[in-house]
Amino acid sequence: MVDDIAHLRFREDSPHEEPAVTLDSFLADQANATAVRIEPGDDARLLAPYIERLALVEVSFPTFRDGRGYSVARILREAGYRGELRAQGDVLVDQVPLMRRCGFDSFAPTAAIDPEVLRRSLDRYDYHYQKAADSLDGGVQPIWKLRHG
Amino acid sequence: MYKYDEYDQAVVDARVDEFRDQVRRRLAGEITEDQFKPLRLMNGLYLQLHAYMLRVAVPYGTLDSRQMRMLAHIARTYDRGYGHFTTRQNIQYNWIKLEDAPDILAELATVEMHAIQTSGNCIRNISSDQFAGAAADEVADPRPWAELLRQWSTFHPEFSYLPRKFKIAVIAADEDRAAMRLHDIGIQLLRRDGVLGAKIFVGGGMGRTPMIAPEIKDFITADDLMSYLEACLRVYNRYGRRDNIYKARIKILIHELGADEYRRQVEEEFAQVKQLGIDPPAAELERISAMFASPPFDPAADDEVDRSDPDFAVWLDQNVRQHKQRGYAIVNISLKPVGGIPGDASAEQIDVMADLAERFSANELRVTHAQNIVLPHVRIADLKLIWDQLVEARLAEANLDLISDIIACPGLDYCSLANARSIPVAQKIAQRFADPARQRDLGELKLKISGCINACGHHHAGHIGILGVDRKGTENYQLLLGGSGAEDVSLGKITGPGFDEDGVVDAIERVTDTYIAVRQKGERFVDTYRRVGMEPFKEAIYG
Amino acid sequence: MKLITGNDLATGDVVWWTGDDWSRHVEDAKDAGEQAEAIAREQEAARRVNVPYVIEATATAEGPRPAHIKDRIRALGPTVRPDLTLKPADPTAGSWVI
Repeated sequence: MVDDIAHLRFREDSPHEEPAVTLDSFLADQANATAVRIEPGDDARLLAPYIERLALVEVSFPTFRDGRGYSVARILREAGYRGELRAQGDVLVDQVPLMRRCGFDSFAPTAAIDPEVLRRSLDRYDYHYQKAADSLDGGVQPIWKLRHG
Repeated sequence: MYKYDEYDQAVVDARVDEFRDQVRRRLAGEITEDQFKPLRLMNGLYLQLHAYMLRVAVPYGTLDSRQMRMLAHIARTYDRGYGHFTTRQNIQYNWIKLEDAPDILAELATVEMHAIQTSGNCIRNISSDQFAGAAADEVADPRPWAELLRQWSTFHPEFSYLPRKFKIAVIAADEDRAAMRLHDIGIQLLRRDGVLGAKIFVGGGMGRTPMIAPEIKDFITADDLMSYLEACLRVYNRYGRRDNIYKARIKILIHELGADEYRRQVEEEFAQVKQLGIDPPAAELERISAMFASPPFDPAADDEVDRSDPDFAVWLDQNVRQHKQRGYAIVNISLKPVGGIPGDASAEQIDVMADLAERFSANELRVTHAQNIVLPHVRIADLKLIWDQLVEARLAEANLDLISDIIACPGLDYCSLANARSIPVAQKIAQRFADPARQRDLGELKLKISGCINACGHHHAGHIGILGVDRKGTENYQLLLGGSGAEDVSLGKITGPGFDEDGVVDAIERVTDTYIAVRQKGERFVDTYRRVGMEPFKEAIYG
Repeated sequence: MKLITGNDLATGDVVWWTGDDWSRHVEDAKDAGEQAEAIAREQEAARRVNVPYVIEATATAEGPRPAHIKDRIRALGPTVRPDLTLKPADPTAGSWVI
């Protein structure tokens, strides 16, 4: 089910092996878990106080049309989360660049992603109009910053 | 108007390349239609009744002659010789081939045009006042703010898969010429203690459940605008309903939460988002605003006009509006010839309008949400010359805001979502009221027709509105009275049982006859309706 | 009778299942019967048609007549632009739709 992750992981560290627990269980009685799974309807901010302890947050995309996971990702990155942020489920190659901008750095799509199409997609846009998670830590500069310094 | 720099051009060019690749993959079967559909919609490409339909963006309804000529070229080369101007200030082509779409986008990109986000569950074309930059009553030109938001919303990575479409309008006068209160977000520029800022309304919309947007933010300045809108959209993306397509717009969320609770959630989110530094510096709005400076007006421009030609005089009185600059005027070109198709223009007519803009209107045109075209900066001394050419091009119908200036969606003749045809109804109504003197006597009467509940014809906001429905397999038409998309915003009320095509035309005539019978001096139709109520009209229609 | 209709993937043209191929002319359409849904899915998967669906129609002297006005409009063209329909020279074509 999970595609060959070599080209779908954009991190230097080793993949996290621990299984993810649901947000509800993490908050209830699994506070020692290091991996959490977030469903689209979960409130990502509830996780914010615990991000230091987490190595992996997996965000579920049951259908690619449900865009709530994009907000989840940005919220976690804005809260300072530095661990692996994985988009799992109905993730199509055309969504990966947007997800990267929202802070996702690994992907577990249900259907295979063509690595050549992915490479072209990720290389295609040199400039972006707005700040997103990729601007945190002084990364990508939005166009208005390039214009005015 | 706005001119692309290297960054704007790079973004549009990359998009062309991306879509070309997506089309290639679709034609090769690498992606299914279900996967491809949101991708093509985000490039304005629908699959309609007869062919693919491409909706090209005209940002806040402003374009120049070069761009207008490209629109004519597209119509001629890739379509069947005409285009349709829409109620969101865009243009649609009805006979597009998927295999041509990438080339069309490539050609559009050469003149700083695109079809980005003109459909799909994302932020759509930001609309504005068609008289921006020319009207005396605006506090500032709203379009620089609209341009700022156009850039902010383009390929916004968090808001590309919203629960539903999202429409924003920006105005800068008390008179609302853009139906701002009926948008998901409506922005009204105003000054407070000399400071330029804006009021923000959120949660308007038409469709199945029309709603007027409540005020959510009393006053915000440009340096907080983007963060605030980011917060508004994030709350919507997180909490907007995704279980039911008819309850997925932000108006439903606000209705269910209540405006106060929505505002509270937005303020909470705003406090977080503001820290991210996503607002551009003032220099960016200044850079954009400089491109919207007035054209060089001639301070000695003559404000006298020879009215001796009676037809010219009629057109002058009906279609020409006052300009902020002495000696100048705003020309409205009606795309509603009696018996014609509302909003359609042939490639030849589009070229004529491009030429007129270049020669007489500082090279600028506007598309209005009433599906007409505006030449915003015309010398009064040139009006007769312009009118002569409009007459020759069959663009001189003198019916602005009159009953035959009908807003009509394409309806079942073109649209796969429609339940009934709208264009034949519009034609019959216009023909029934063809007599120009009769129309002028009726005065301002905004008639709007939608072929289905999606309300692209804005029927809820018509002084007279018509909704086409499918009643047991035959087309049927509901009549509504008393709506308005202007600053006196209101939603129309259904009169009673529906009619067939001829029946609804008869019913409208009874309505207008009633208006004539009971109106008081100075009252428009909608004013009389508001004074006397539905009863007299209902009585006249149904007996 | 059951007809299968859809749009050509590359051009967007309205097409009708003829029994073994796709035609732009509804007169060529054949009753697909009980197999209609299965044929539609198979043809879609083979990319010989886009978004096909099955409709009811009645057999008439002039050929199959789709039951719903929407599909009759698809078959002919927009009623308000006879010049853009498949039968621009036929003054009675519009009444077939309605």
